Amino acid sequence: MSTTPRALLEVRELRKHFGLKSGIFSKGAGTVHAVDDVSFSVQAGETLGIVGESGCGKSTTARLLMRLIEPDAGRVLLDGRGIGEPGAQGLSVRDARRQMQMVFQDSFASLNPRLTIEDSIAFAPIVHGLSSRQAKSRARDLLAKVGLAPERFAARYPHELSGGQRQRINIARALALEPKIVILDEAVSALDKSVEAQVLNLLLDLKTELGLTYLFISHDLNVVRYMSDRVMVMYLGKVAEIGPVDAIYGRTAHPYTSALLSAMPSMDPARRTQQPPLIGDPPSPIDPPPGCRFRTRCPYAEDVCGERDPVLAAEGGGHYVACQMKKAGSGHSAAPAPIASPPPL
Amino acid sequence: MTAPLVRVNNLTVAFTAGGGSGATAARPVRAVNGVDFALAPGEVLGVLGESGSGKSVTLRALLRILPKARTQISGSIEVDGRDVLAMDESALENYRGAVVSMIFQEPMLAFDPVFTVGEQIAESVVRHRKVSRSVARQRALDMLERVQIPNARRRLDAYPHEMSGGMRQRAMIALALACEPKLLLADEPTTALDATVQIQILLLLRELQRDMGMSVIFVTHDVGVACEVADRIGVMYAGRMVETGRVADVMLQPQHPYTMGLLSSTIHGQQRGTRIEAIPGAPPDLANLPTGCSFAPRCKHVQAACLTEPPQARAFADGRMVRCIRPV
Repeated sequence: MSTTPRALLEVRELRKHFGLKSGIFSKGAGTVHAVDDVSFSVQAGETLGIVGESGCGKSTTARLLMRLIEPDAGRVLLDGRGIGEPGAQGLSVRDARRQMQMVFQDSFASLNPRLTIEDSIAFAPIVHGLSSRQAKSRARDLLAKVGLAPERFAARYPHELSGGQRQRINIARALALEPKIVILDEAVSALDKSVEAQVLNLLLDLKTELGLTYLFISHDLNVVRYMSDRVMVMYLGKVAEIGPVDAIYGRTAHPYTSALLSAMPSMDPARRTQQPPLIGDPPSPIDPPPGCRFRTRCPYAEDVCGERDPVLAAEGGGHYVACQMKKAGSGHSAAPAPIASPPPL
Repeated sequence: MTAPLVRVNNLTVAFTAGGGSGATAARPVRAVNGVDFALAPGEVLGVLGESGSGKSVTLRALLRILPKARTQISGSIEVDGRDVLAMDESALENYRGAVVSMIFQEPMLAFDPVFTVGEQIAESVVRHRKVSRSVARQRALDMLERVQIPNARRRLDAYPHEMSGGMRQRAMIALALACEPKLLLADEPTTALDATVQIQILLLLRELQRDMGMSVIFVTHDVGVACEVADRIGVMYAGRMVETGRVADVMLQPQHPYTMGLLSSTIHGQQRGTRIEAIPGAPPDLANLPTGCSFAPRCKHVQAACLTEPPQARAFADGRMVRCIRPV
């Protein structure tokens, strides 16, 4: 597809497993398959929403992108250059972090309690070579940009502020190095609803003004729908489905995504939910069973689902799903029959 | 019209810093500032509010589990004909668990980590029902099955930390309902749960409430959750109920500017690309409440009269109440 512009961020077969130890001799007690063979791309200027429940790997993925933890396998390419790879085609982690920054869920834990707000925001630019005066001036500009008057807030400390104010500061700090990509890892989840709305409005304004690209990780499907251009659904370390937001919400292809969407509480008291879409808890990502990881809770699971891992296959229009029901000739009773030649795209 | 099970009148709760006097004494935090409501038997009241609204403190006052040394409570709380604020320790021990029970956001708040789940449920049954341990253990088993915990017999002997989050929440519900209280207080019990688990717990609570006929006060910050479980909604802001009514009435025709702002800033099928109508500013400092209406600094309909006097509650048909001077 040579006509598609190169993605700003490309993730290929990312993998991270955590070994567990137990007992006096620290014998292996299983492996957490936190992120397994995850691939996706993000175009410049878009917002990719990432959704999934506990243990799906979305936060681990974000940390792998930022190189806060080292991947076991896979490549992350920023503007075509591999992060952490040597040579001219590689990009040092330090340089990668000038272009990609992150805002975390816990606004208080993200800020050094002993630095003033101004110093927190100016910190990274100073590390990257700006003079103290320039860095502080940039810090004050950013405070104004995120809606906090610099005269009032520059000299304050994190504990003096509310959650919403702190998150604005975290956003200002993420913007201090003028990145292209901002990863928002449940950045509004801990805020009150009325404050969340303010911060989302701010994020949208900044995206337009500064031409940013967002990865928006959240468990709130309503907010993800509102904020995202494309959405990726993760389950137990794998990508279940990815595509344009209207396709994911309107032409849902994966049974897990359907369950997730119908698990949202009804906003209409006259039409309440009558049946839960899934029973039981999400299983542990420790030593997952072979085959499709969702099959233990999937109402459509058949034998073939336990035999082979489903891979992402095209549904058309940039929509991909990893499910044997959608794969021609997979052997699942609901799968389309295999065809002689591929359909025109 | 049956007599209400719960009647709360002009409840106020203030927290003092304790110790210190004169220049070093901090101002008391006025967490609840005159809350009134009534709850019929078998009714579910959803209390909607954000942090600092006083919703959790109100629940804890109903169970009398606020720290005695720092808390000043006044007003009246009547549950099942009893004066809750007048109860002494031994009356409270009979009251908690048997008349009123509570479930929390964090199940580990309800469970002792060094005893099994079965032992803890049985303990409550022995205490309130005065039966033998074996009868109580059977009751604990029945309750674990009632809350749909698989392998309930095995789980009786599990410690709380050996269960997953969703299982623990169910076990906590089993503990709270083991002695069939008349009133269940639920303080954001599903907020920390994954979406697919949350809806299971909400449906379970609804089913148990129908089967057991108890009243429920369900505190949440999530409008969707309130729609799923509540018959009536009470919206709290800065320690006061600002609006109450049947859930459909409040959702479709909110009257208080705060309720309207809360609903319009809840994202649900909004047009992508359009700005969200957010409420400006932040909730007030409960140690420094403004004179007049607490919501006035953030209200887009504010008038001069709002700044001088806190608005009175105005009652309408069908249990509708609005604490605002704007015409309805």
